[in-house]
Amino acid sequence: MKLFRNHTYLYTTAFLFFTGLSLVVAILPALYNQENNAPLPGTEPLSDDALAGKHVFIANGCVACHSQQVRNVAMDNVWGSRPNVAADYAHNTRMHWWMNTATLMGTERTGPDLTNIGTRLPSLEWHLLHLYNPRAVVEESVMPAYPWMFQIKEDIEEGDKVVNVPAEFMRDQHGTVVATREALQLVAYLQSLQQAPLPDGTAAPAFLYRSQAPAAAPANVSADAAATEAIADGAALYAANCQACHQATGAGLKGAFPPLKGSAIVQDDDPEVLIDIILHGYNAREEYGEMPAIGTINHLKPEEIAAIIHHERTSWGNQAREVSVAEVKDIIAMLESKKNNP
Amino acid sequence: MVTAWPRAGYAQTAAEQNAPLLTQPGILITLVLILVPLLAAFIFMVLQVRRTLLRLKWQQQPAVQTEAIDFPHPQRNPAVPYQLSGRELAGQYAPDDSRGIIQHASNDHAIPFVAEKKKAQARPAIDPKLTHLILWYLGTATFWLVLGTTVGEYLGIKLVSPDADTVPWLSFGRLRPVHTNAVFWGWSSLAMLGLAYYVVPKVSNTTIASLRQGWQTLILINTAVVLGSLCLMNGINNAGGEYREYVWPVMALFGLGLIITLINFLRTVARRTTTEIYISNWYILSAIIFTLVISVIAYWPTWQNGLGETIVQGYYMHQGVGMWFMLFNLGLVYYFLPQQLNKPIYSYSLGILAFWAQILFYTLIGTHHFVFSSIPWWLQTVAIVGSMGMLIPVIAGTTNFLMTLKGGWNKIASSYTLPFYVTGIIFYFTGSFQGTAEAFRFTNLLWHFTDFTVAHSHLTMYGIIAFLLWASIYALVPRLTGHEPPQWLVGAHFWLAFLGLMFYTIPLMIGGTLRGLMWMEGKPFIESVVLMAPYWLWRAIGGSLMWLSHILFAYNFYRMVVGVRAARPAATPIREVLA
Repeated sequence: MKLFRNHTYLYTTAFLFFTGLSLVVAILPALYNQENNAPLPGTEPLSDDALAGKHVFIANGCVACHSQQVRNVAMDNVWGSRPNVAADYAHNTRMHWWMNTATLMGTERTGPDLTNIGTRLPSLEWHLLHLYNPRAVVEESVMPAYPWMFQIKEDIEEGDKVVNVPAEFMRDQHGTVVATREALQLVAYLQSLQQAPLPDGTAAPAFLYRSQAPAAAPANVSADAAATEAIADGAALYAANCQACHQATGAGLKGAFPPLKGSAIVQDDDPEVLIDIILHGYNAREEYGEMPAIGTINHLKPEEIAAIIHHERTSWGNQAREVSVAEVKDIIAMLESKKNNP
Repeated sequence: MVTAWPRAGYAQTAAEQNAPLLTQPGILITLVLILVPLLAAFIFMVLQVRRTLLRLKWQQQPAVQTEAIDFPHPQRNPAVPYQLSGRELAGQYAPDDSRGIIQHASNDHAIPFVAEKKKAQARPAIDPKLTHLILWYLGTATFWLVLGTTVGEYLGIKLVSPDADTVPWLSFGRLRPVHTNAVFWGWSSLAMLGLAYYVVPKVSNTTIASLRQGWQTLILINTAVVLGSLCLMNGINNAGGEYREYVWPVMALFGLGLIITLINFLRTVARRTTTEIYISNWYILSAIIFTLVISVIAYWPTWQNGLGETIVQGYYMHQGVGMWFMLFNLGLVYYFLPQQLNKPIYSYSLGILAFWAQILFYTLIGTHHFVFSSIPWWLQTVAIVGSMGMLIPVIAGTTNFLMTLKGGWNKIASSYTLPFYVTGIIFYFTGSFQGTAEAFRFTNLLWHFTDFTVAHSHLTMYGIIAFLLWASIYALVPRLTGHEPPQWLVGAHFWLAFLGLMFYTIPLMIGGTLRGLMWMEGKPFIESVVLMAPYWLWRAIGGSLMWLSHILFAYNFYRMVVGVRAARPAATPIREVLA
């Protein structure tokens, strides 16, 4: 047989077979996808700062542990409100002649997915402190620290972004920690990572395996069971929305995030201020970082807010009365009308 | 399981959502696969114990009766007192071995702590210049193995102790690709090419076309790995696609090296003195051709916007593994395994079937790394179906090797290379089959993004590729240099590497599964980080054993190259020993 004796014939056949298959499963689909794709209407390419931050993200190999893809399975729902579609990646093009396109989808989730991190964690102060040493804000984190993106200064100059680092994370250094441009650019990139809404009328792809996600409490369960459910939910919602800054202990972080434990606002008999802060953010106290409008950004429902404040008002030694969902709804409506007719 | 099998292939249909874990075909297959080596070890142990007990029992029996038996026949009378003189086999002459047939003689009667293995048989003379070239390939490969796994070990420690240092060049995200690329392009690739410089001309029954080109490739590839590692640590990388972290100007050196060696090998095959092209050269040369195709597609610097990058990434990543490391190594095994067993390969046809089936199915499976992502769903389904098709070449290859081993199992105990081959072949089957199971929909839900994938890549790149490479290096180098490695250190290398791999992978698979379940239940993410802590510790322990084994291997390699400096009088006159 010719194949066994003629090397030109053998290797040419193998080459053509392999290249032909590669054409069908890689080259043509890739070409088709890059030609027939466009960014979602209303989305902007990265700002200059965010683009520079993306370079920092790439240079430090962050993709080794952080994915950027919400798959169409229910377990990924925590990382975004809808599954990613091809258009979400259309802004990614080559950035340099020597470097490939960075879609940064990733294959590992040693750390959380970052598709929507700009929405989930919008706070600049949080990100800076987290980059300086992740364990300062998340005790159990195994993420590397990036202290070389910060300077230790004796005298603060104008325009310096100061990071309030708890003393035990200062590594025996004295002075004030100031973020470098690199750190600020990296945070700008992280803040830019937000899931854009699909254009009006476009249905998002469904999440598969929905029933494997925790089921919502059925309507007809007893009040007792519903209350237990709310407590469980409250802890989980607190972990997802508040814990990054205010910590699982509710103690906050000195100089960065205020404590909820023992807080007068949290335990106030009238929860109006508390709900206002959750919905619209707070920046009244110099000594702490600015709180983003987490409730609005994360589209928290009144039931969820009720669960969160229930958790906050009854944990860590806090003692305050129960606030019903109806009461929360009333306060939200009142805050709305106040905002609209000041 | 049989009924669930066909349905496991579709990429994007939700089915059997609440079925218990142990009815999922992917899970069942994986459990069986993990049990295969453990079960084999258990059976082996039972047989050994039984044999020992029988021997003890035999020894305790009273001595055979020696009293004369009353036997009427007169011829019996002289027969009864007859005793062996002890010279029946030696004859009447003084001992002599003028042809040097006796390889080993010893007056040392101490009980050996480890079993004595056979030594390498001398081969027909090899051009010392070729030997020199091959040793440089294998030597630099060993260097990258030690360096690359030192980095890997340090990364494993960093997951347990994240504040071990704060040097930017040593930060986790920068070092991780240094580890993977050094063991891929440094260790495995250089070792494969070095071995091929022996195999390709040998099975063509000719000499290598150009030694000069061999040296050029060696220098180019080493330069690429040095530059690539420095770039990565300095924050210059190709945007994060796994195994293509080196930027293309660096990887171009690697590609150029491959082109030069491809030309060299093609010229060698063209001047072969055999009529047919031996199967090893099918695999080896095709592996180089395909890798060049893959590299050009993946590194061509003017395309891959948006999801184009992801589709090419899936393709590149998996072809790099399957068409470069796996195909190439199969080619090496088709030469070395029969040679070590001193018998022909079981079936040439099976090898050829596996060759074409591997090309057909392997090329399709790249995108199974992106199941449920936003790339076209038909591509995901093709990848899953292709992953199932991979069973054909895997089963064909495994059968071929095992049937070649058949009748030669007894040789394993007296060889220090065959245990490496057998381990590599078993992992070839279990590791590849596991890859198929991981591509299913449900297993993707459970294991994707967890450390299960890390365990799988170590079971394959280490369990298959590294073990087969060690086997071939231990088989070849003593034949080139005439120096044997210390056998007990080869044994120590084998056991440390094998046990280390088990301690590394099994905890990661367990931890990865639990983590995936936690994510599916919607638990807070940080809990799944806390969960992994003990498994990461086990990984660091297993990694340490593996790392230690590489140090031993490097020492063994050194001993194989230079021998023992103050060699014992190698030629104790055989006459004296036997006298």
